[in-house]
Order: sequence, then C-alpha cells, then structure tokens
Amino acid sequence: MNKTSWFNVVSLTLGFAFLYIPMIILIIFSFNESKLVTVWAGFSTKWYGELLHNEAFLNAAWVTIKVAVFSSTIATVLGTMAAYVLVRGGRFMGRTLFSGMIYAPLVMPEVITGLSLLLLFIGIGLDRGVLTIVLAHSTFSMCYVSVVVSSRLVTFDRSLEEAALDLGCSAAQAFRLVTLPIIAPAVISGWLLAFTLSLDDLVIASFTTGPSATTLPIRIFSAVRLGVSPEINALSTIMIAIVTFGVITASLITKHQMVRQKREEQEAVRS
Amino acid sequence: MRRFFLIAPPFAWLLLLFLVPFVIVVKISLSDAALAIPPYVPKFSWAEGIGTYFSQLDFENFTFLTEDDLYWKAYLSSLKIATVSTILTLLVGYPMAYGMARASSEWRPTLMMLVILPFWTSFLIRVYAWMGILSNEGFLNQFLLWTGIIDTPLIILNTNTAVYIGIVYTYLPFMILPIYSALERLDGSLIEAAEDLGCSRLTAFWLVTIPLSKTGIIAGCFLVFIPTLGEFVIPSLLGGSNSLMIGKVLWEEFFSNRDWPVASAVAVILLLILIIPIVLFQRNQQKQQEAEQ
Repeated sequence: MNKTSWFNVVSLTLGFAFLYIPMIILIIFSFNESKLVTVWAGFSTKWYGELLHNEAFLNAAWVTIKVAVFSSTIATVLGTMAAYVLVRGGRFMGRTLFSGMIYAPLVMPEVITGLSLLLLFIGIGLDRGVLTIVLAHSTFSMCYVSVVVSSRLVTFDRSLEEAALDLGCSAAQAFRLVTLPIIAPAVISGWLLAFTLSLDDLVIASFTTGPSATTLPIRIFSAVRLGVSPEINALSTIMIAIVTFGVITASLITKHQMVRQKREEQEAVRS
Repeated sequence: MRRFFLIAPPFAWLLLLFLVPFVIVVKISLSDAALAIPPYVPKFSWAEGIGTYFSQLDFENFTFLTEDDLYWKAYLSSLKIATVSTILTLLVGYPMAYGMARASSEWRPTLMMLVILPFWTSFLIRVYAWMGILSNEGFLNQFLLWTGIIDTPLIILNTNTAVYIGIVYTYLPFMILPIYSALERLDGSLIEAAEDLGCSRLTAFWLVTIPLSKTGIIAGCFLVFIPTLGEFVIPSLLGGSNSLMIGKVLWEEFFSNRDWPVASAVAVILLLILIIPIVLFQRNQQKQQEAEQ
C-alpha cells in the first residue's frame, strides 16, 4: 500500500490540523501579556512566574506526583502478576471472574468506579486522602498494565523459559533471568501508562479524595469552571512539553533498539 | 502452591476494590435517603435477617427515577450524544487511518506518534483548549468574523455542538488506532485484484477495504461509544445547562444534592445500559484475536 493520493494527503493534513491547532493556540496564548486569553497583547512569560508562586497549584502538583508514583508502582506489580496468571496460569477456580474483573474496569464509566470506591471507603471507615486515591488509581491502572503486559507475554516464545528450566534454573530464576528481561519494555510502558492515567484522572480522584488532598486535575477543573485563564494555559503548556518530550524520547529509544536488533540478527545470520 | 501466591494478590485486590464496591452501590441504591452521615439509612442488618430485608425492598429510588422526567431524558440524551459523536468520530477518523495505512513506510512511525501524542496529553487540558476557541469572543468567531463569513458571533460554547466537537476531538485516537491496525494488515493485492476485475476505485473500496477493516471499525466505535455514554468532563465544561448527560446528573446528584441512594440507582441503571455494548465489544475483540491466530 504505497500510493499517496491527494485525498489521503488532504485528509491527513486536515485531521492533524484539527488535532494540533487547539493545542498550539493554547501554547501561544500562555505567553500572552494580557489577562484576556483571546486577545494578543505582546509576548510575556509572567504567567509562568505567577504559577511558580501559586502555593495551591504547587501543593496540588506534589500530591499528584506522589499519588502517581505510588499507584503506578503498585499497579505495575499487580498488573504484571495478573497478566502472567492470565497467560500462563492455566485453569484455576474463578478464572472467568478474574479475567472479567481485569477487563471490566477498562470500559467502566469513571463516575461509577469513583462512586462505588467512595461508598466502600466510607463503609469501612477509611479516612479519605492520598491513601484512598492511591488505592483507587492502583485498581484501575493495574488492569491497563495487565493488558499491555499480557499482549507481550502472548507473543513471546515459551520454549525460552522451558530451556532455562531444563538447564537447571528454578522457576523464580527463569522468570528473573529470562521472562522479565523479555517483557521489560512492556512492563515499563505499562508503568508509564499507569503513571499518565493517574496524573490525568479527575473524576475518580474527586470522588475518592477528602479535604486533605487535592490533586492537580481537581485544582485545574475548579479553576477552569470559572472560565479561561492564562495561568492555566501556562500550566497546560508545561504539561504538554513534558509529555511531548517523553513520547519523542520513548519513540527514539524504540527505534534505536529496533535498528540494533536488526543489525544483531543480520550479524548472527552472517556468522 | 507457588501459583496460589501469584494469583491471590491481584485476585483479592480486585475482589475487594472492584467487585465489593459494586455490591455496595447496588445495596445503597435500595436504601432510603436520610439526613445523616453517611446520608442514607442502611436497610439491611444481620440481626433482622435476610428474609425481612428482601420483604421490605421497595425499589423506590428506581421508581423515583421513572417519575422524574429529568432522569430518563438524561439517559436518552446521553445515548443520542454518544451515538452521534461516535458516527462523527468515525467519519473523521476513518479517512485519517486510511491515509496513514497508505502512507510510505518511512512516514508511518511519525504519523503514528502524532496520533498517540494527544492520547498521552491530559484529557482535561485538551477539553480546556476548546473553551478558548469556541467562546463568543473566541478564536473561531474571531476568524469567521475576520473572513466575513458571518456578521454576528456564533454561539457554540455551552451548547451540544460544543459537546460533539469536544468528544470527537478527545476520542479521535481511540477510533484511529484500531482502524489503522486493521487497514495496515490488509493485503493491497486484494484491492488491485478487485480493480483488475473491473471495479472502480470507489467500488473496490466499498466492497473490499471496508469489509476487511470491519473489526477495526467496530472496535473503534465501541471504544468511543462506551466511555462517552458516562462522560462527565466534556458536558460540564463545554456543554450548557441543557446538554443533559447522565454522568453529569450522577455527579450533581452526589455532590450537590447529596442524595446517595438516588446517585447509586442512577449508576446501576447506567451499568445495565452499558452491559449490551460491553458484551458486543468483548465478542468483537475475541473474534479478532481468533482471526489473528
């Protein structure tokens, strides 16, 4: 499929313009002098300066990062275990229920997940705050991690594990020395996905948090409800810059790895 | 025995933090609202026994939902908004996925990255970006007034149109990715064969390309439709007071009216509505997996 017709070029151009123009406008107007977001009044970085002195946003950002680090780490451990069980576990009692519980949160409306978790936390008398958000985020993120990791486990050659076992490895050693290095990229991208989902979540965090912990999305949402403000534009620009840097770095690393793998394969064939 | 230690932690975690909460939602949806903390009267107690509990059930929160027309209007309007925006997303997403699949192989990774990048960017920020564009003195109106297409600013923000634009914008990557992966696998020689056998390009597209990308289209549509149905952020930021969506109603019932039993009943019904598309989606995914093997 290597034909480039004018139709494809036009649809891609229009499509990507639709995807990117709103973000570009957002970024440009974060450097606007005026308080009015829609009228250009000259270049200025003053909104970034104000952001640095806004205690509420800084605190919220710190809470959000803490929650994201803890919840994505828990989610990665549990999600990798769940993926391993689903792909390699064979039959066990409650398997259907287990796989149902892995896939259901992926399509569950956030309002329902949030409401149900809140009712649980109140039911068992758990104080709402950072801990409850971490528990909530770990729960839905582990399902995403397990989908990412199991798709890697499905494609990988099981005989490699068997060879390690035949050569005298214990099952734990085989996992650590053979399986883990092979699925590592999937585990890392699972962690990154869990981290981003946690950073991004407004609805579930709003339900499960208490007065002691406000995350960045909650803070942004309550500010944005009152209308557009250049400070939020500045904050958004910083977040977009971080994500862009991350995604481009990740794709360069994968590209580099693919090139190296191809070269190694070619050398192996030659020798 | 070792397998048990591998299965038990994720299993127990999901039971406790996913399944048990749902049971609680169902239970509270059957309770009565009360001015207390928590604001409902638990109707079930072990002392009275299960028999009395079931004999006293009255589903009054559910009958309340049918009596007040706000609720069924909200369900219907959520279904309408979700359906229309799924179709719109498909119309925007399919040509893009098609163009990506037909692009040269050097371009594809870059195009792929351009689709994935918004997906990693904060959802909230992407919705927020449209607030400045669609408002009365926003960029869209400024541009249209400048070009002379319109004389008076269009009112778009706080209407359903803004909600549609927001949904198409934020969910577009979910539509493009499954369709692209279906189109990428498609064997180009099939289309050439159809054209050699006398099909026009359009008929070949209609008779070969579309059917062969069907699983991707179905997957993409469900990935947009299912989460849109319970959407909260988009209608509350871009929609107006008359863009009713059930996610917003549930949120307000819970946070503003503090009527937890009714909020739970709203959630139970939303879940019942979602079961059909979720089951269909799972079946489509299974079919696709079988086809790959």
